[in-house]
Amino acid sequence: MARRWTNRLTENDITPEAAFLNRRQIMAGALGAAGASLMGLPQAAHAEALTPHPWEDITSYNNYYEFGTGKDDPAQNAHQLTTAPWSVTIDGLVERPGQYAFEDILAKMTIEERIYRFRCVEAWSMVVPWNGFELADLLNLAGVTSDAKYVAFETVLRPEEMPGTRTRVLDWPYVEGLRLDEAMHPLTIMATGIYGRDIPNQNGAPLRLVVPWKYGFKSIKSVVRITLTDKEPPTSWNKANAREYGFYSNVNPEVDHRRWSQASERVIGGGLFAKRQPTLMFNGYEDEVASLYKGMDLTRFF
Amino acid sequence: MADPVAPVSFTSLIETANLQLRRVPAWPAYPLAFGYVGWLVWLGATGGLGVEPVVALQRALGEAALYLLIAGLAVTPLRRHAGLNLLKFRRALGLSCFIFVVAHFLAWAVLDLQSLGRVWADIVKRPYITVGMAGFALLIPLALTSNNWSIRHLGARWRQLHRLTYAAALLGAVHYIMLVKGFQMRPLIFLAVILILLLLRLRPGRLAMRFQRG
Repeated sequence: MARRWTNRLTENDITPEAAFLNRRQIMAGALGAAGASLMGLPQAAHAEALTPHPWEDITSYNNYYEFGTGKDDPAQNAHQLTTAPWSVTIDGLVERPGQYAFEDILAKMTIEERIYRFRCVEAWSMVVPWNGFELADLLNLAGVTSDAKYVAFETVLRPEEMPGTRTRVLDWPYVEGLRLDEAMHPLTIMATGIYGRDIPNQNGAPLRLVVPWKYGFKSIKSVVRITLTDKEPPTSWNKANAREYGFYSNVNPEVDHRRWSQASERVIGGGLFAKRQPTLMFNGYEDEVASLYKGMDLTRFF
Repeated sequence: MADPVAPVSFTSLIETANLQLRRVPAWPAYPLAFGYVGWLVWLGATGGLGVEPVVALQRALGEAALYLLIAGLAVTPLRRHAGLNLLKFRRALGLSCFIFVVAHFLAWAVLDLQSLGRVWADIVKRPYITVGMAGFALLIPLALTSNNWSIRHLGARWRQLHRLTYAAALLGAVHYIMLVKGFQMRPLIFLAVILILLLLRLRPGRLAMRFQRG
C-alpha cells in the first residue's frame, strides 16, 4: 500500500542558490553537531518551492494547550516537560505490541527533511522544515494486523510538568486518530526535529505526528501511545465540540468552521499589514491525497 | 520615637479619597486611551506582540474595552455601597471604552479580514461576530450622547438610554466566551464580574415596590 514518497520536481523547483547554500549550511551544522541524524534531500511536496518560516516563528507561536491556552504559553512552560527517557507504547491490532524506547525507534528509522505547509484550524499557517520518518515505517516495525482499520494516538499527560492540564480545557490526555490508509500515506510523518535540530518541547518533543493536509490539531504532539484499532477512535476536539471538529478535519477552503471562514488564512510572520492568502484544498496536497476521500461527501465527513 | 499612628476608619479614608479625587481631572483618560491604542499598534508593527500581531492586537484592544466597561459599571455600586464617588470619571471611562471598541473593530475589519465582503459575511454568518457587533452598535448612541448638551436635552430619557451599557457589557463578555476554543476560564471571569456588578445595582426594596404596584 505505502510507496516511498517520491520527488516530483520540475524546473520550477530549483532552489535559489542562496537558499540552497543556506540549507547546506544548516544541514552541515546539524550533521556536525548531532552526528547521528542522517538527512535526506529536501523534497518538494508540490510543484512550487516553499520557503520555511524562521525558527523563531515556528517555536514561539504554538497551540499546545497542555502548557496553556496563550500562543506564547508553550514556549514559556514546555521546558518543564521531561522528554528523556521516552518510550512509545504501540498496542492493539499489531503483531509486536510493546513499549518502544525512543532511541530504539530512531536507530531503525531513516530521518528525512520534509518541508510542509502547516495550516491551523484557527486560519493561520506557516511552513515548517520538519525532520522525521514516515509513520508507515514505525507501524511496520510493530507489524499492523490485517483487521486494523484505524490508528489512535495519545499525548503524554503529566499535570506536574504540564500546567495547562490542571484545568479541564479539554478532556486530558489529548487523543487523536487517523484512518489506517491516512496513517500509512507517505506524506504522514512522525517528526523528531525542525531545521535539523531536536524538536523543541513546545512543538511536541520528542516525537509528534505531522499530517500536512489536515488542520494542525490532528498532528498530535509528544506521543506516548499508538493503538491500532478496528473502530474510529475518539479525538479530543471532536469530544469537546463535535459540531465544530470532525474526525477527518482535512484542510478545506469550502467547508467553514462553524465560527469562522476557512477560505483564507493569515500567514504567520507577515506583520500587521500582511495580506490574507487563499487556503488550498487539502492544504496544497490535493494531488497526493484526494484519492483517499474519493466518493466521500466532505461537508459531511469534515 | 515615631509619632503614634492615628486610627484610620474606613469612612474617613473614603472621605479623604473623595476629596483628593476632586482634584484629579478626567480629561487625561482620552490621550491615555489613544496613546494606548497607538502604543499597541507600534508594538505590533515592531514585533512586540509576537509573530502574529494582528490577532494579538485585536485581543488586547477587546480586553481593554471590557476592562473599561467593568470600570464604568463599578462606579454606581462603589458609590452606593462604599461611598466612593467616581461619578466625574464615568464619561471618560465610557468614551475610552468606545475608543477601544472602535479600534478593536478596525483591527478586525481592516487588518484581519481586509475586505468589506468578508466583514459583512461574518456579521451575518458568525454568531460571535453578530453578538460583538450588536454590543458595538449599542455603544454608538451612548458615545454620541456622552456630552452635557445631550444630558440636558434628553432629560430622564438619557438615563434610560444609557442603561444600554448593561446589555453592551453582557454582549461583550458573551462575544469573548463564544470565540475561545475549549473550556477557558478567562472570558468566564469577565462575564462573572459583569454579572456581579449588574446584580449589585438591583435594589430589592424598589423591586418589591414595583411588584406590589404591578
